[in-house]
Amino acid sequence: MFKRWNLKGGLDLEGHKDLSRQYSIINAAIPDQLIYPLVDRSGNAMTVLVKTGDRVLKGQVIAGSKGVQGTLLHAASSGLVKENEWRMIAHPSGLKSWCLIIATDGLDEPGPVYEPVDYTQLSAADICEKVHQAGIVGLGGASFPTAVKITPNNVRAVDTLIINGAECEPYITCDDRLMQQYPSEILLGIQVLLRALAIESCVIGIEEDMPEAIEAIQQAIECSGFKQIQVKVVPAVYPVGGERQLIYLLTGRETPSQGLPVDVGVVCQNVGTVMAVYQAIVKGQVLIERVVTVTGLGIKKPQNRWVRIGTPIKDLVSQCGGYNGPIERLIMGGLMMGFSLPDDGVGITKATNCILVATSKEVTKSSEAEIQPCIRCGECASACPVNLLPQQIYWHSQGGAHQKCQSFGLFDCIECGCCDVVCPSHIPLVQYFRASKSKLFLKRREDEAATLAKQRFENRDTRKVQEKVEREQRIRLKKLALVKLQKGRPSAPAKMQDKS
Amino acid sequence: MNFSWAAAPHIKPRDSVSKIMLKVLVALLPSVLLLAWFFGGGVYINILLATSTALIAEAMVLKLRGRAVLKCLKDLSALVTAVLIAMAIPTVAPWWVVVLGTFFAIVIVKQLYGGLGSNLFNPAMAGYAFLLISFPQEMTAWAMPGSLNAWPFSDIVGLIFSAPLPDAITIDGITMATPLDAVKTQVAMNQHAGVTVLPLGIETLFAQGWGWLSLSYFVGGLWLVQQGIIAWQIPLGILSALALIAAGFYFYDAQTYTSPLFHLLAGATMVGAFFIATDPVTAATAPKGRFVFGFMIGVLTYLIRVWGGYPDAMAFAVLLMNIAVPVIDYYTQPRVFGTRR
Repeated sequence: MFKRWNLKGGLDLEGHKDLSRQYSIINAAIPDQLIYPLVDRSGNAMTVLVKTGDRVLKGQVIAGSKGVQGTLLHAASSGLVKENEWRMIAHPSGLKSWCLIIATDGLDEPGPVYEPVDYTQLSAADICEKVHQAGIVGLGGASFPTAVKITPNNVRAVDTLIINGAECEPYITCDDRLMQQYPSEILLGIQVLLRALAIESCVIGIEEDMPEAIEAIQQAIECSGFKQIQVKVVPAVYPVGGERQLIYLLTGRETPSQGLPVDVGVVCQNVGTVMAVYQAIVKGQVLIERVVTVTGLGIKKPQNRWVRIGTPIKDLVSQCGGYNGPIERLIMGGLMMGFSLPDDGVGITKATNCILVATSKEVTKSSEAEIQPCIRCGECASACPVNLLPQQIYWHSQGGAHQKCQSFGLFDCIECGCCDVVCPSHIPLVQYFRASKSKLFLKRREDEAATLAKQRFENRDTRKVQEKVEREQRIRLKKLALVKLQKGRPSAPAKMQDKS
Repeated sequence: MNFSWAAAPHIKPRDSVSKIMLKVLVALLPSVLLLAWFFGGGVYINILLATSTALIAEAMVLKLRGRAVLKCLKDLSALVTAVLIAMAIPTVAPWWVVVLGTFFAIVIVKQLYGGLGSNLFNPAMAGYAFLLISFPQEMTAWAMPGSLNAWPFSDIVGLIFSAPLPDAITIDGITMATPLDAVKTQVAMNQHAGVTVLPLGIETLFAQGWGWLSLSYFVGGLWLVQQGIIAWQIPLGILSALALIAAGFYFYDAQTYTSPLFHLLAGATMVGAFFIATDPVTAATAPKGRFVFGFMIGVLTYLIRVWGGYPDAMAFAVLLMNIAVPVIDYYTQPRVFGTRR
């Protein structure tokens, strides 16, 4: 059952999970305001489907984005739609965006109720449609629309469903608690997904330091008789919960560099997403809340809560006892890959698995950071789970040779941050890599625009030439016709002279 | 409430450059003591001269370059370079030799190329090679093992600062050829004079202290490997190449060629393998590349030792391979996860 960590690299990190893991998930209160950024994961604007002043009900669709990866957004409670506000959103670079604001009325009046259905009677297409209607996206952090991932023509030859229960980031325990408290619900969610994918085999990967969760899931498998669902224990090494890393560990398959898990016959879903699928299909509930770990030494009572999407962080913090002493950093997500928020007025999103309130004991103060030159010691390369040479990519990124960075595998970097942690020169490597990636993206876009402009210019040129040729042709034909005409009526000019 | 902004990861870093350099210095300590034991307390004076020259020179250049002087000195890399040069120079060499060598290493080889992390050549070895080529006489006059033990420290200081030697003592009287010098002479004699002299054995190495010194570098180096400070591929490459080639020639003709063990324990093999070639800045950086880098140093060392113009060759081999590093790095990139095997 136990499989050895046979990926290169990774780190043995201190878990800090005991701050929050022993407490049952409780429901968070309805906040006064719900805040929804009007951009989706790709940065596309979402269309608002309600008007200012409208009264919305819990579960009502309030916004949606178009396109293949479009999703829907539902009101997490009943209340009045206020004027859209331009404010900071949950984004790594502290971006601002238009946000939809709902002033809740505390009644929590439900809107349209979906009848619970027997999933065994649903077709794959029905399941996908319902998952889409429920607004479900990957709750592990990437927010990729779940319906797209399981739609039959997108999944080609999938044979294995992998459930990611390896919560490898320090501090976060929301998936751990979900598996401990809702094992049979998760198994039903898996059954639904297996039905949609029309496959049999499913593996749940759980970290070895989550014995209660492993126990709970195994017991639920025993009781339910879903024997085709397998539990595999993975070592507690960061980043074992990375999608590609977990797939490799559980199946031995390497997701190709520029490809997707589908290319190796795998669909991977996070435990939280599976729970959301269960709630949507079996219970008829749309995605309006998720489990969030509120933790860190900077919070009075660390715990997990069912939090409505859109709840401002400060509301959640005050429900968890408030801030505890001087806070160094407010992090959305984990210690390794989460991003810092300058402001606690930001709303919880579907991707928010953790609010980490960190003190200076837990994180480096920005003022303390002292960067020294790279000495090429190679610690970063030994820690890299994808076998890159971060020191070389860094060297080329310093020289502005971003193309060269790409040939050293820049785009295979999963930004896990292992290299940063082991770097003796304290170089923020991942930050440099992100910068190089965006420079390359920008360049690609510019190149495309330039190619397009060139194409247009050339088209215009050819068109001009064409027109000229045609015009000349016309003139020539006209002249010819005129000459013919004159030959046919030689006396004409004379007549005209006569008239005059 | 407002909070500080920082990019992920937020976790505190585990190590620092100065900690790494400090560990290297600690690993050198037993060898310093052995050097003093066998070749006199002059090594302490050399270290003092080298470190002060290094710090002053580095501070000066940093100031000229407009860099934060204290922050850069704190990384201790200049000290490591200085100590390595001081240990490579004969304990009775005049003071200006070590000062000149260190100055050259720090200013020309390290700082003019951009300082820590940007230099192409190993500063200590470039400094050493510069001295060896410029002042061959001073650089090869190693004290006769134990000959200075009876000397008062003040006389050793006098020797280094060019005070007149005590009566009845000449510099030739207190120095002697190193075992590798002896081998060189012996090979030349066999080839040209037609005299057959048997190559030196291991016993000579240990009798003259060099064997023990090599062992101390070996032990210190193993500790650094265990601590994760140096890459094991480099010493493994050097030692295996040297041993393999030496064994080949030794079994072919034991009358002419010295044994592989002799090559491993003589001269700068051990200090080179564990403390010089492992300087990460100037070595190859990928695991496979590091082995290639080390192996080629071993090959070059043997070639130069046996057929070249110098008795030892570690410095030249390292410098030559420093040139090859970009090529090695290019061809030894590991396979990235998810790319074609």
